[in-house]
This record gives sequence, structure tokens and C-alpha cells, in this order.
Amino acid sequence: MSRTGVSPDSPIGVRKTREGLTGPAAAMRILLPLPIILPLVAAGISMCLFRRPALQRVLGAAVMVAVVVASIVLLLQVDTHGVAVTQVGGWPAPTGITLVADLFSAIMLVVGAVMVLVVLLYAIGQPGTSETSPWFHPIYLVLAAGVAICFLTGDLFNLFVAFEVMLSASFVLITLGGTKDQVRTGMTYVVISIVASTFFLTAIGLVYAATGTVNMADLAGRLADLPDSVRSALGLLLLVVFGVKDAIFPLFFWLPDSYPTAPSPVTAIFAGLLTKVGVYAIIRTQTLLFPDDGNGTLLLVLAGATMVVGVLGAIAQDDIKRILSFHIVSQIGYMIMGLGLFTVAGLAGAILYTVHHIVVKTSLFLVGGLVEHLGGTGLLRRLGGMARRAPLVGALFLLPALSLAGLPPFSGFVAKLALIQAGMAVDAWLIVGVSLVVSALTLFSMTKIWGGVFWGAPEEPVLTAQPSEGRLRAPSLMVGATVTLVAISLGIALAAGPAYDLSRRAAGDLMAPAVYVEAVLGS
Amino acid sequence: MIVVTALAVGALYALGTYLLLQRQLTRIVIGLALMAHGANLLLLLAGGRAGRPPFVGGGDGGPVADPLPQALALTAIVITFGVTSFLLALAYRSWVIDRDDEVEDDVEDRRIARLAHRREKDS
Repeated sequence: MSRTGVSPDSPIGVRKTREGLTGPAAAMRILLPLPIILPLVAAGISMCLFRRPALQRVLGAAVMVAVVVASIVLLLQVDTHGVAVTQVGGWPAPTGITLVADLFSAIMLVVGAVMVLVVLLYAIGQPGTSETSPWFHPIYLVLAAGVAICFLTGDLFNLFVAFEVMLSASFVLITLGGTKDQVRTGMTYVVISIVASTFFLTAIGLVYAATGTVNMADLAGRLADLPDSVRSALGLLLLVVFGVKDAIFPLFFWLPDSYPTAPSPVTAIFAGLLTKVGVYAIIRTQTLLFPDDGNGTLLLVLAGATMVVGVLGAIAQDDIKRILSFHIVSQIGYMIMGLGLFTVAGLAGAILYTVHHIVVKTSLFLVGGLVEHLGGTGLLRRLGGMARRAPLVGALFLLPALSLAGLPPFSGFVAKLALIQAGMAVDAWLIVGVSLVVSALTLFSMTKIWGGVFWGAPEEPVLTAQPSEGRLRAPSLMVGATVTLVAISLGIALAAGPAYDLSRRAAGDLMAPAVYVEAVLGS
Repeated sequence: MIVVTALAVGALYALGTYLLLQRQLTRIVIGLALMAHGANLLLLLAGGRAGRPPFVGGGDGGPVADPLPQALALTAIVITFGVTSFLLALAYRSWVIDRDDEVEDDVEDRRIARLAHRREKDS
């Protein structure tokens, strides 16, 4: 019996409830659960509407618009009033179910909600994909809810549940077509995810055995009292768990194999969001729970290896989605690099990089979907000359591709500049050098796609019944969704100053976990 | 009692890991289920010694059992149940397509194997 302060006979929860009836706390009680409840309820309704696809589409889009609005309001609230906390059910922390949004979670929530909305529109616009399945919309909304819980939960076990909600939805989405390839890669993906989840559960069991709590704010204090060896073992176990989820070296092997077989919108949202939820979890646990464990060097080594292996893998590929999937791995390295520096500037760079990467990567996969839609294949050797026949798609690829490589004046340049400056400030020359070399290799691999898809002629005869002459046209909703994302990415570059300031404030909060702890537990 | 449970946890993890490394999906599913059982048992173990039921006004004297790990284990069991059913459905789908539930090598592995094979023939 290590859990203290709660006896089963005492009427707990009354105090907190009374406090929460007025003022900003009351607003938070409603606002904080909204991004979770709205998609979940809508998923239920949507499932009942399986005979009415038009209604499902309207419902899904409307709910996601509402979630985007709620997330933006939440971000503004958190930015002005500080960390927002609510105890679901009125039981005070650390007993109750804590929802908490600091600046970092609010930023991730806004970006995530916008991506979910835009990709949903793209999926609706794409003819003949799995979106026509009556189960696509409910499952997709469950995925959105799972991602929202991950960002908002203040409890390690709820983080596990959130991962499961999100992953279960992703299992269904990735195998929804039921084709041979999808089943083959789906198996790998599902088994790897479950193994990681079992490890997560093991880690939670051990953490509870050692500290007697799973509330993260409470853990922050109690873990500090543990012997160093126990604490670092727990920290490394959690690092392995989240390392599998977000595909850092050497646990990345499942990602480039499983993502490309899913339909384009599904791959796009997976690429944009799912691995980044893992990054969020790593940053949250390492800064809040294990801040003084000296994992910085280990993280930097992992970051460098992830960058190099990912980009080399990408160079060896011949399929546009497989190239982009390997780049996800490579880019994760940059985010871990920012964390590994363990400075406010480094974390600010990591946050800015994560936001930039989510937008750019999602838009690149959407463009990849457009290319497959127009050319009938994603294989570079069977594509060619698309710059002339579909110039808009060419432009839509070029802008995020250059941004991914980190060329000025795009968002990737801003984010990489922030990371590299942070690295130079602490004399981490090796990782700075590695990241610069990897940037150059990224550019090389992007030019490979450009040369294969948009210039020249196909090396092998095209097998599909595509017209070999004349302009190609894609459905306007697909193009519209992609244009929106590319515009957002350019917007990040234009608003680089305010965006960096926001990331820096979020990073400052992460590096001073006492604020978070006090907001959750009360002083 | 705690030692026995701890040994059981270890045995479940070991068996689960062994089955996980097999190629048939059915064995992998059983392996995952065993590992999940191990994890659930570990959660119970994390709650410390057994005690009287943690109800309000439930009897007198004696230490109360820690209810939280039990709640956690219950949640985890439900999740494992759902995910295992999905895996079984996937194994069945694989069997319908292929008459086989073997987990195949990924594209990259097959490509490397092909290249190695070709090089061997050339030399």
C-alpha cells in the first residue's frame, strides 16, 4: 500500500468540485475534454450512419472543424493564463483522471487537429479509396480522439490507454483494404505495436511498484527520491517503448515497410501524427520525469544514428511513398537531437521542428497520393514528365520538398536553424555536423523524386491505362487540401519569429517542470 | 506468495518471448497473450500484498488491498482482448488469401536476399 493520502472512507472530490464551479477552472472543465469527447461521440453516431455516407462525411468534417476551434481557443487560453488543468469526475489529483494542457500539448493539439481535418477532406475528395468503406469515418474519428488524449493526459496509464485507442484505430485503417500486401505489412505493424504496448504496461507496473502513483505530476516528485539506478532503468524502459512507437534507431525497421501499403490519406495522417505522438511522449517523460538522468548524450547518439540510417535508406528506394517513409525516420532524429541538447533553445528547436515536420510530411504524402492518382503508380521508374502535364502538382511537391531539406526561406530552414544554433551554443559540433550532412542527403533524395516523377520520360513502359499525352487533372478537393497544407507550411516560415517565440515559451515551461507539477497537484 | 507470483511473471514473459519469435501468426498471437498475462500479473504484484476488499465501510481491521493496480489490470485485459481478436481476424484473413498464416519477410529483406543470391551465382 504505497498510495498515500487517500482512505476509502473519506469524501474526497468535494473540495475540488466546489472550487471548479466558477471562473477559468469551470471553462477548462468544458474546454479540455472537448477535443476528446467530440470525435468519440461523433464516431459512435457515424457508426450508426453506415448506410448514409454523405451524412458521415458532413459529420466528420463538422466535428473536426469544432475540434480545431476548441484547440485554438485552448492554445490561446494556455498562452495567456498558464497551464490548464481539469480533474475529470472531480476527484483531485493524484487520484482522479487528470487532463492537463501546457503550451507544448496545446501546440501539438492544434497542429494535430488541423492535420486530421485537412487529411479528412483529402480522403473525401479522393475517388475509389478506402474512404468509401462505411467504417472509415468512425475509425478515423476514434484515431483523432486517441491522438487528442495522448496530448492532453496527465497520467502515465491514461497515456497507455490513449496509445491503445490510437493504435487500435490505426490497425484497422492500415488493413481496411484487406489486400495481400496490407495483411502482410499489417501483421508486422500490429505485432510490433502490441509488443511495445506490453513493454509500456510492464514499465507502468514497475513505476507503480517503485513509486505508488501513475500521475505524471506526482511521479515527477517521487521518482526524484528513488535510487539513481532504479530511476534510470525505468527511464530507459520508457525510452525503448516510445522509441518503438516513433521509430528511432535501432527500432525503426517496421515503419518504412508498413506505412506505404495503406491508402494515401491514411499514410499521410500516420506519417504526420502517429510517430510524432511518440516524440511528444519522449519529450514529456524525459523532461518531466527524468530531467537529471544524463540521458542527453545517449539521446544525441540515437538522434545522429536515426538521421543517418533513415536518409541512407531513403536514397536506396525507388517508390515515392517508401522514400518519404524513410525520411520520417531520418527527420525524427532532428527532434530527438533538440531534446538531447537539454537546453531551452534545443527544446524550442525540437518543438518548432516537430510542428514544421508534421505539416510538411503530411503534405508530401498527400502529393505522393496525387502522383499515384495521376500516374497510376508510385514507382519512380514508371513515372516521368509530370511537371509539364500537371504543373500544379509539381509546384505542390517542390515547396514542401525544399522545406524538408531545409532550404531557405521555407519552414524547414527556420526549424533547422533553431536546432543548429542551439547545438552550437552548447558546442555539440558532432551532431550539428551530422545534421547538416543529412540535410544535404535529404535534398539529394528529393531531387531523385523530382527527376523521376516530374522530369524526363518513364524508364519502363507504363502499365496502366493512363493517357500518355495532355494535361492530367486531379479532383479539386484533393488538390485543395494539399494546397492548404503547403500554405500552412509557408505560413510557418513567414511567421517564423512569433512561431519561434511560442516554441521557446513552450520549451521554457518544459524545462521548468515545477510549474506543471504545481498546476496539477495544487500548491 | 509474492515470490511465486514473481516467478510466474518471469515464466510468462519467457514463454511469450519464445513464441513471439516463431513465424506462424497463431503462435505469435499466443505469445503476445502470454506476455500480456505476465504484464497484468506484474501490475497486480505492483500493488503489494493482498488485503481486505477496498470498499467503503467494507468490514473492519486489517490492511486494504490496493484497488488501483486491479483497475489498471482490468483495463489492460479488456484492451488485450480487443487487440488479440483483431490479430486473430488478421490471421484468418491471411489464411483466406494464402492458405497460410506465416509472417513473410518484408520487401527490403527479400530484395537483399535476391541480390545476395545473384552475387553468389556470379562469383
